[in-house]
Amino acid sequence: MNIFVLMKRTFDTEEKIVINNGAVSEDGAEFIINPYDEYAIEEAIQVRDKHGGEITVVTVGNEEAEKELRTALAMGCDKAVLINIEDDVEESDQYTTAKILAEYLKDKNPDLILAGNVAIDGGSGQVGPRVAELLGIPYVTTITKLDIDGSKVTVVRDVEGDEEIIETSLPLLVTAQQGLNEPRYPSLPGIMKAKKKPLEELELDDLDLEEDDVEAKTKTIEIFLPPKKEAGKILQGELVDQVKELVSLLHTEAKVV
Amino acid sequence: MNFELTKEQQMIKEMVRDFAENEIKPYAAEWDRTAEFPIETFKKMGELGLFGIPFPEEYGGSGGDTISYAIAVEEIGRACGGVGLSYAAAVSLGASPIYYFGTEEQKQKWLVPMAKGETFGAFGLTEPNAGSDAGGTRTRAVLYGDEYVINGEKCWITNAGYARQVIVTAVTGKDEKGKNIISAIIVPTDTPGFTINCNYDKMGVRASNTCELVLEDVRVPKENLLGDPKKGFKQFLYTLDGGRISIAALSVGIAQAAFEKALKYAKERTQFGQSISKFQAIQFKLADMAMQIELARNMVYKAAWLKDNNKPFTKEASFAKLFASEMGFRVCNQAIQIHGGYGYMKEYEVERHLRDIKLMEIGEGTSEVQRIVIARQLGC
Repeated sequence: MNIFVLMKRTFDTEEKIVINNGAVSEDGAEFIINPYDEYAIEEAIQVRDKHGGEITVVTVGNEEAEKELRTALAMGCDKAVLINIEDDVEESDQYTTAKILAEYLKDKNPDLILAGNVAIDGGSGQVGPRVAELLGIPYVTTITKLDIDGSKVTVVRDVEGDEEIIETSLPLLVTAQQGLNEPRYPSLPGIMKAKKKPLEELELDDLDLEEDDVEAKTKTIEIFLPPKKEAGKILQGELVDQVKELVSLLHTEAKVV
Repeated sequence: MNFELTKEQQMIKEMVRDFAENEIKPYAAEWDRTAEFPIETFKKMGELGLFGIPFPEEYGGSGGDTISYAIAVEEIGRACGGVGLSYAAAVSLGASPIYYFGTEEQKQKWLVPMAKGETFGAFGLTEPNAGSDAGGTRTRAVLYGDEYVINGEKCWITNAGYARQVIVTAVTGKDEKGKNIISAIIVPTDTPGFTINCNYDKMGVRASNTCELVLEDVRVPKENLLGDPKKGFKQFLYTLDGGRISIAALSVGIAQAAFEKALKYAKERTQFGQSISKFQAIQFKLADMAMQIELARNMVYKAAWLKDNNKPFTKEASFAKLFASEMGFRVCNQAIQIHGGYGYMKEYEVERHLRDIKLMEIGEGTSEVQRIVIARQLGC
């Protein structure tokens, strides 16, 4: 089976995020594989180990992403592709990434493409579905179970805590939700072997794309941190008065009623 | 000069940190309380290849370097000092001597399963009256025909209760000057006459297994002699040099854990209307802690780098071990001080770091012995 995983390198949102001049400061930030993409990688490995085939992990980014690609190789992926857009693209969005990935994938005859449900930085959840649309193949998002039998595929999809069971067929793109599996740690021999696995670096030119073809469709106006959480207010006095005060505060202070 | 870790070293650091955060740290307080040796956790570490980091693939290892190994020790020690100690002892003392000095057959038989994490090995050097003073070794091994017959006692032997074999140092004769010749012999733990008691009630590193060994007419084939029969002493000095790098790395890990807790607490704790991290008295402590940890870590990496590049590293390993363990004790002590009364309570899990780190000033050569080693390297 010809399996592809779409992977994003993100900063670790569990670490402190610093904003400098309207951009997230990368100095001192910890970078990781997007956790939802880890589920996708793990699932790809399990599918390959069961059905045979080869896994290619693909990312769009800059050369810093090599470490995350190597980590995916250390976990068990077979090949990695870095589409380096650092020199070619100034502003990018989900459209840019999806267009580039689809252009790369269109002549690769993928049987199965796995991606994370969302990236923990942007959180748009757009890239996977957009790639599937551009390739003209079916897709199922936020999956928690994947069974493949020949070309028949049974998928369990998380729908706000409920489950939806979907039957579909290959080729297919799925995006991984938490609960799909328990991603493995890359083993020491895996880490050492990852050094020798192929990692191909491509640029827009190699995909016959111009900068205009992938121009962002959205514009970021401002980036800011969420407001600091203030201490709560405890109302005092008779219950009846408290309720009155609460209603008035909801009108005048919180302005939500 | 290049201070950057390689991609593999960074990946190892991340992997071991993730593993330690999820599989070790949540249980460290419980293991400390019950003095339980978490064998299932060690099995998982074995499956990930952690016990084989510094050994080549042909011996079941992953062909990593000493720096990678030191990084792994630090990250495990950051989660639990006891697990860190047993891990460091298993690799540096249990497995390394066989890799350095063993015959091909010994390596295949004893090293390969250890590097794969399938078995544990231990190193039996210390005796009630001998440790760094190897001349005081009383354990004797006498060659009768094709067998060594070993009699003696060993104490404070890490991991012996779970070991498949212990490398035992023993007096095998006298040289021309009348000095004892010390050899190292691989003794399977299931050999008749070999008794292992693990009843110590330790102050710290309580998740680590520590045992007393009694050898009464223990017979092993003479092929179990490890390395040069007359150079047992030199061999264990070399082994301890390597081990000191790992104890230094472990000290850095324990200190890092204590520091992180102290920094977090200082930012959260409010007194006199502000966070105590705004007081210079606390800031200066935190600044000193962060600085000393980083300096110790750099020394660990330097000693490991020298070893990886086949350069002399005895002095630097001692520098690292002595500085890291003493700074670690200061850091853990100050971490409790910053926590005030809460720090004295087990619930806050900082007092454990002080109990754990105390061993680092004692094990694998006390601070005093490190100063002797360094002074000798200076030509005194």
